[in-house]
Amino acid sequence: METLSYRHTAARRAAGSKAMAIVGVVTSGNLEVMVERCLPDLECQVDIATSAEGFGDLWGAVVADLVERHSPGGLKFSINDGGARPDTVSLRLAQAARLIEEDSL
Amino acid sequence: MAEWNKRKLQREARLAAGAKFARGKLVDQAAATALLEAVIRPGDRICLEGDNQKQADFLAACLANASPQTLHDLHVVQSGIVLPEHIDLFEKGIAKRLDYSYSGPQSYALSRVLKSGKIELGAIHTYIELFGRYFVDLTPHVALTVARSADREGNLYMGPNTEDSPVAVEATAFKDGVVIAQVNEVVEKLPRVDVPGDRVDFVVIAPKPFYVEPLFTRDPAKITETQILAAMMAIKGIYAEYGIKRLNHGIGFNTAAIELLLPTYADRLGLKGKIATHWALNPHPTLIPAIESGWVEQIHSFGSEVGMDAYMRARSDIYFTGRDGSMSSNRMYCQVAGLYATDLFIGSTLQIDLNGNSSTVTEDRIAGFGGAPNMGSDAHGRRHPSEPWLKAGREAVDGDQGLKRGRKLIVQIVESFSEKTVPVFVEKLDSLDLTKKFKLELAPVMIYGDDVTHIVSEEGIANLLLCRSAEEREQAIRGIAGFTDVGRARDRKMVEKLRERKVIRWPEDLGINPLNAQRSMLAARSIEDLMHWSGNLYEPPSKFRNW
Repeated sequence: METLSYRHTAARRAAGSKAMAIVGVVTSGNLEVMVERCLPDLECQVDIATSAEGFGDLWGAVVADLVERHSPGGLKFSINDGGARPDTVSLRLAQAARLIEEDSL
Repeated sequence: MAEWNKRKLQREARLAAGAKFARGKLVDQAAATALLEAVIRPGDRICLEGDNQKQADFLAACLANASPQTLHDLHVVQSGIVLPEHIDLFEKGIAKRLDYSYSGPQSYALSRVLKSGKIELGAIHTYIELFGRYFVDLTPHVALTVARSADREGNLYMGPNTEDSPVAVEATAFKDGVVIAQVNEVVEKLPRVDVPGDRVDFVVIAPKPFYVEPLFTRDPAKITETQILAAMMAIKGIYAEYGIKRLNHGIGFNTAAIELLLPTYADRLGLKGKIATHWALNPHPTLIPAIESGWVEQIHSFGSEVGMDAYMRARSDIYFTGRDGSMSSNRMYCQVAGLYATDLFIGSTLQIDLNGNSSTVTEDRIAGFGGAPNMGSDAHGRRHPSEPWLKAGREAVDGDQGLKRGRKLIVQIVESFSEKTVPVFVEKLDSLDLTKKFKLELAPVMIYGDDVTHIVSEEGIANLLLCRSAEEREQAIRGIAGFTDVGRARDRKMVEKLRERKVIRWPEDLGINPLNAQRSMLAARSIEDLMHWSGNLYEPPSKFRNW
């Protein structure tokens, strides 16, 4: 098990006021993402517990893309990864970022 | 004095040699190998069906049991290398040369035997290309075909799995070849005649019903949310955008996802009756919910699918059926239909390079093509217009088109990584290494980049019609290649510009909410669901029953 943590500065605060959201399931090839609104407005953190080691570079790219596309300021993501591929991870993160903003839509 | 009927005389000699083992046209099971040894001659071209679904498995086993002293140097010209016996023919030295189309289940064995030098490979064809050569320079001397039943005259009934038989028999019978059929039973009266008896010389009742490979069943339970997201983009960004009514779907989970989103997501978009009404398509069980919801007008099929017989019989408004009520397939006709009469082909692949060339060849595996290169090509002989075809033609040219020409939409739909996190987007196709390794004259490319109009991944759609330079094309592909090395090496500024021009469209550009990419969006989420949708007419093969 490897744990990775990434901190970024986001361009703006994530919309909405929901305190927490969860998407996904922990099964093989899938993953669960919990997102909490618990950081200062322009900060963002992603913590990952993954069974597949040596993909830190790829995770870094996935997280940077999340920050760029969704600007999740104030959010902390916790990922429990069941060995999911980057495409699945990226979709889950997009879903989590969207779900916590939903009450404002 | 010139002789003008040598082949006729040869045929008579073959028939006389075979007659020793026959009563009328009927040959005893036990004498089948002897019949083949008597009728086939060394060096003959033989077609041993060998389709992508039904197999003349008993005749294949009999031929593989023949003595290599008697039968050798055969030239196999058949669409499918599917059974282990097809490989045995080469390992035993009975056959030497091979021209074929598809080798799914034997793709590893085939490359092994090729490496050992026991196969001289002519070429890997697309189906109608090989069938075309049956009438020009690869006419079989002997065709070994397979049917559900025969009558005493040798008339054959194939039922839904007619597939390649009519074309293989026609080419052989009308050029003085010999046609031998394996059947499950001989009956007094056939439900319908798929091949007339005067084209059939010998009939053998096989010890058990012929094998059919269930190739077109995809379990909805295995469809992922990234596949659902890509399918939503294809529906909204391509089907709706161009108004695609006439189409073909390749087999795969990506296209299965599209089929299962028609009655749900596409219905919500108000697209019923506006897209996906007329199909050249194998009988995919995953299309059942769309059919039952009234989306589909009609379907013509290349082959059949295990478990679909009763359903298709009960839906004759949708499927092509014979006077006996059962569905009728024909690979030759349906491939022609898919080439000329559809506006869109969409299918998956294993590798796509920076030009959009796609290949299913990977190291040590030669799977062949089947029909994909034909479905997945623009038909330059097409002369009838349709709005989707004209729109695609307009997009490919700036300003005045001058002479108007349309384009068939050729769409590749993939996830950026395949299983085990192997990237689908690559700088260089494995096919090129394989070409060198096996000294092939031609790199096996399934769909050439210049025919591909769109690539869809979970990241977005790249519209290659709108690209105006090789550089734009490369960046359009990189811009949807996800987190593969190819995707990460994108020029971000150029990708942004391409998004502004709608060359690249991401889900947010299409107004697609990623939260809707959920399995609950699928009209059926299991094989059992499909069965229920069909009113229990669909009878799933046992390997798909898990309840």
